[in-house]
Amino acid sequence: MYIVKRLLTMIVTIWLIATLTFIIMKSIPGDPFASDANVLPEEVLQNIRAKYNLDKPLPVQYALYMKNLLTFDLGPSIQSETRDVNTLIADGFPVSAVLGLQSLVIALLFGILLGIIAALNHNRLLDHVAMFLAIIGISVPSFILAPLLIKYFAVEWKLLPVASWGTWAHSILPSIALATTPMAVIARFMRSSMLEVMRQNYIKTAEAKGLSPAAIVIKHGIRNAILPVITFIGPLFAVLITGTFVIEKIFAIPGLGKYFVDSIFNRDYPVILGTTVFFSTILVITLFLVDISYRLIDPRIKLTSRGD
Amino acid sequence: MSHLLEVEHLKVTFPTYGGEVQAVRDVSFYVDQGEVVAIVGESGSGKTVTVQTIMGLIPTKNIKDGNIRFNGKEILHLSKKEMRKLKGSEIGMVFQDPMTSLNPTMKIGKQIAEGIRKHQKLSKAEAKQKAIELLRLVGIPNAEERYHQYPHEFSGGMRQRVVIAIALACNPKLLIADEPTTALDVTIQAQILDLMKDLQKKMEMSIILITHDLGVVAEMAQRVIVMYGGTVVETGTVFDIFENPKHPYTWGLLRSIPNLHDKEKKRLIPIEGSPPDLFSPPKGCPFAPRCPYAMEICVEKSPAEFHISNGHTARCWLNDPRAPKVEAFIAAGRE
Repeated sequence: MYIVKRLLTMIVTIWLIATLTFIIMKSIPGDPFASDANVLPEEVLQNIRAKYNLDKPLPVQYALYMKNLLTFDLGPSIQSETRDVNTLIADGFPVSAVLGLQSLVIALLFGILLGIIAALNHNRLLDHVAMFLAIIGISVPSFILAPLLIKYFAVEWKLLPVASWGTWAHSILPSIALATTPMAVIARFMRSSMLEVMRQNYIKTAEAKGLSPAAIVIKHGIRNAILPVITFIGPLFAVLITGTFVIEKIFAIPGLGKYFVDSIFNRDYPVILGTTVFFSTILVITLFLVDISYRLIDPRIKLTSRGD
Repeated sequence: MSHLLEVEHLKVTFPTYGGEVQAVRDVSFYVDQGEVVAIVGESGSGKTVTVQTIMGLIPTKNIKDGNIRFNGKEILHLSKKEMRKLKGSEIGMVFQDPMTSLNPTMKIGKQIAEGIRKHQKLSKAEAKQKAIELLRLVGIPNAEERYHQYPHEFSGGMRQRVVIAIALACNPKLLIADEPTTALDVTIQAQILDLMKDLQKKMEMSIILITHDLGVVAEMAQRVIVMYGGTVVETGTVFDIFENPKHPYTWGLLRSIPNLHDKEKKRLIPIEGSPPDLFSPPKGCPFAPRCPYAMEICVEKSPAEFHISNGHTARCWLNDPRAPKVEAFIAAGRE
């Protein structure tokens, strides 16, 4: 019952996002052919507009778009003659997803580890070192970190390829560059949450059982401390796997990220809508998965909709 | 005959931003095999710190002085690893608040079996069987089903039973109960105390019971330790303490118990004032500022330990033969 209700809300959410995006998008001045207006005769422009249904009144355009959306057809790309939006996503998403998943794994693994180490050495050297690293990770933007990584690992030491996409080696530097900031954020979340948990009475109970410090941290600490991190993973996952403009640009990766930005500059209406709807679908699904994983981690949380 | 537990001249301090808190200052007492000893005293008197030190829950750097002998063996300077062998097997502990003493994300059965597996060479299945037996022992119905439930599915009283089961998992010689009933409803309190009394007889263990409730003391304990300002001010058998108390603080405690059988309505009688500042404890008797009988010497010199009768001691200058005689019960506290 919960799942059915939840799925319905998810569909409504995506529809609302699509509608709002449509309204906002149409209220930006300009159109996809603004730069062609000086070159092409008026009749040709009108013909092109008619081809993409841009000559019709807005409600009709909206209705046509929604109709196509119901059949999972995101429409043609105005910029690209040969590929429609579905193909763009089908080509770019797997690349972005691999990159994003790798970064997520790095960020989680090292972020959680760093946070635990910091918490267990509260106010001692290791804590300060870990939090210093975290602050650097948060404050150094990826467009600075990425060129630095390229300079040393690719150019000077020639360990990894400079850019582009192909083998697994190509994915290492961009994954690290992309993972740094979320890793630092996760480390800080995990530290404060772990500090909180290690002060709880049930940790004293565990100590009184004579358990070793490692057993106490692993069995009683981490599981209770990880909930706030899980909350953060949902949106992070959606952002990472749908591609990021900066990293993909710097490393010349043929992912999905660049379409988010390029399409807006070009007023490529179907691509704007398509990428937004795609992103929100992924986001809504991950949030749903996160809610389910809460239940698995914390037995006190019950998944019920209001009124159940 | 040697005692099961002997605490001698224990001193524990905690560094804070405001200075060093001297939480426990020269505390000595003993507990014999099969005996229930109550520690009473107001909040901040050092009761909990004392028992947590015995349990090895206080970092060794905070323990400034003293000896703790358990079963004839010095345990204060044991390595952490050796101490862990003792904790949960020979000494068990029941905490104050059952609502927060259990891990909310672990099945309660596992929380019991965990300690058993740590100390006894048992298989998973055997440990589970033992945990279920323990659940039955502490009076939890449907133990087999309850084994698989989480703490939030238990009421406060039931949780405290689980906490007791954890503490008893390896048949400890000594059970330390730090205000085990304070967080519970009055009706449940009686059940938990009955259970502890019952188990104490069955398992022939000793109990150190920390409580604020003198009714509980009379019900459960054979001997009483009265603590104030980080020191033991009076100790003796339950009869000594209730019938022949020799310290004005003990008089105050006894007088502050409401009496149901009073014919006329009376106000409760508090002990005026507040406990001493443990950042800079007074050089004399810590109770002197609140004591209606304080003499000059009380402020100047820490009282010696006066032996009233066999096993009954009090740290109060009033017990010196040169001190003026005072009528204990009538004059203690202020009307």
